Amino acid sequence: MNKKQKKTLWRIGASVITLVAAGTISRLTEMPQWAELIMYLIPYLIIGYDILIKAGKGILNRQMFDENFLMSAATIGALALGEFGEGAAVMLLYQIGELFQSIAVGKSRRDISALMDICPDTANVEEDGRIVEIDPYDVEVGREIIVRPGERIPIDGIITDGTTTLDTSALTGESLPADAAPGTEVHSGSINMTGLIRIRTTKEFDRSTAARIMELVEESGSRKSRSENFITKFARYYTPAVSFGALALALAVPLVRLGITHTAPEWGSWIMRALTFLVISCPCALVISIPLSFFSGIGGAGRRGILIKGSNYLETLARTKYVVFDKTGTITRGVFEVEGVHHNSMEQQQLLEYAALAESGSNHPIANSIRNACKTTPDTSRVTEVKELAGLGIKAVIDGKELAVGNEKLMRELNIDYHNCHKPGTIVHIAVDGSYAGHILISDVIKPTSELAAAELKRAGIKKTVMLTGDTAEVAQPVAKAVGIDEVYSGLLPADKVDMVEKLLSCKGEKEVLAFVGDGINDAPVLARADVGIAMGALGSDAAIEAADIVLMDDDPLKIAKAVGISKKCMRIVYENIYFALGVKLICLALGALGLANMWLAVFADVGVMIIAVLNAVRTYN
Amino acid sequence: MKRSYKIDVDCANCANKMETAANNTAGVAKAAVNFMALKMFVEFEEGADPKTVMQEVLKNCRRVESECEIYGI
Repeated sequence: MNKKQKKTLWRIGASVITLVAAGTISRLTEMPQWAELIMYLIPYLIIGYDILIKAGKGILNRQMFDENFLMSAATIGALALGEFGEGAAVMLLYQIGELFQSIAVGKSRRDISALMDICPDTANVEEDGRIVEIDPYDVEVGREIIVRPGERIPIDGIITDGTTTLDTSALTGESLPADAAPGTEVHSGSINMTGLIRIRTTKEFDRSTAARIMELVEESGSRKSRSENFITKFARYYTPAVSFGALALALAVPLVRLGITHTAPEWGSWIMRALTFLVISCPCALVISIPLSFFSGIGGAGRRGILIKGSNYLETLARTKYVVFDKTGTITRGVFEVEGVHHNSMEQQQLLEYAALAESGSNHPIANSIRNACKTTPDTSRVTEVKELAGLGIKAVIDGKELAVGNEKLMRELNIDYHNCHKPGTIVHIAVDGSYAGHILISDVIKPTSELAAAELKRAGIKKTVMLTGDTAEVAQPVAKAVGIDEVYSGLLPADKVDMVEKLLSCKGEKEVLAFVGDGINDAPVLARADVGIAMGALGSDAAIEAADIVLMDDDPLKIAKAVGISKKCMRIVYENIYFALGVKLICLALGALGLANMWLAVFADVGVMIIAVLNAVRTYN
Repeated sequence: MKRSYKIDVDCANCANKMETAANNTAGVAKAAVNFMALKMFVEFEEGADPKTVMQEVLKNCRRVESECEIYGI
């Protein structure tokens, strides 16, 4: 609790005691009404003086229809009608509700800020042989910073010295630690877990990953959802409308009774009903719980490595019916890997070793993937002769054997009988001393969670999943089939993808939403064109963070389903709160007009609804 | 030009009032208040001096919500 809240708590305590005392005394003794009023004014003013002052200021500023005015008018009215206890108690309950709300909001704000507080305030640099702490803003690009174990990396850079393990969970939501050694690119916000490292910075502090993430999350509040705008507008009309309703109840009904039906006007009773209206007309429960739901939702998503740039996107994402994937980098890893070795006449490992040796001078992605698959680093001195044949492959002499490593054209050229692969991908044939030794199948690998992600999306109510790719249908179809994607469009150039998404957009229903998932590298136009653009694997990629509406920090497709799930839960809670709060208010208004609800019920309804709505709202965080 | 300021205000409705007041200040192209993050984002009109504009913004905000604060002006 902060100072202000503690003060309010003391005021509540003092007010409760004096109110109970006043109630007891007035019951036990006979006293004139003015004395009783003064006795009740003590608890009333202790608890309500600030509300009364604010209400007065509001009237002076011609912005009178706020909760301060409503509570003041209702309680002063009650006091004037001789309902002293009621007037004081209503103000007291209202303040208890406000205190509760302020504590609840403060708590979730602290929780979420703590999560977002991933930027260290200082950076360590070496000056004259000593390590000194300086403001990270003052660290220029290219300077060396030192990060001790247990500290957070303040600025993006490359490790120059030291090995360690990094905890990147604050950035990706993934708790698996990552090893880092000299040459490793590191992002600010990661925690250095085991060893002291030196980092040469590659960015300024405020352009580094952690600072960018914080900026993004904080700014997310400025993009308001339609529900939030609805509530703001609603409050603007609801409160005055109910206030005028109260006025009508207090004046018009008794006058009608007096003038037309010639019955007793019962001023007191109707004015009390009108005052009940004023208490009910306070829109606090909605005004606080809706933004709180979105804030908690965005905070909770952020904790899982899903950055949502605004509550409007959270709202749109919840209505997603179509998810369009770019194949490479989202469903597949976008890196080539050896998938198999077929028709080999020698040991698989030896074949890979030969291929790796033959390709040892090449930087081609295919060569890299063969070297990676080989695992061991074979001794390159075994290679005595290498000849690259452009567009065909490589001929080399290894261990005194003549090797040919390349595509089918090379095999045909050398008159070697080869086997073609029945699986799609890039095939590297190998021949040793003029006879066929087998082939290596290299393809872009499907991510391990892709299939589960597609299934989860279906469970989350997605109607159709679509995959777009520049690859041939031969490569694309099996991938889509393995993952469980409904539709595939292959052979698309980057520009075709925009057209394709536009076509898909035009044939979906009005209220349905199409989300596009890409890796943000060359699909920025498509990300922008879709209703919701989701970029994945965005850690360290400024372009992706810029272009997308929702950013997944790592490249796990399962996060897409998770993001949809979070958005749906958040929207469900938002609607629950809207319907619940409005429903209770309308019922109370009706009961109040009929004289069945008194001010007690009204204030309990008001405070109770607010408390329930706030508790419901913070659920979105989990 | 865009800048963000840390603010202090008690209730969500008060934050909305601040937002309206800031938007009605000369020199402000667009202002948004995030009550939950206690931040105010201001986009200034071309050529406006953030410092002087923000003084006005604070004055206007105080008028509608006496207990509010904007830091780092």
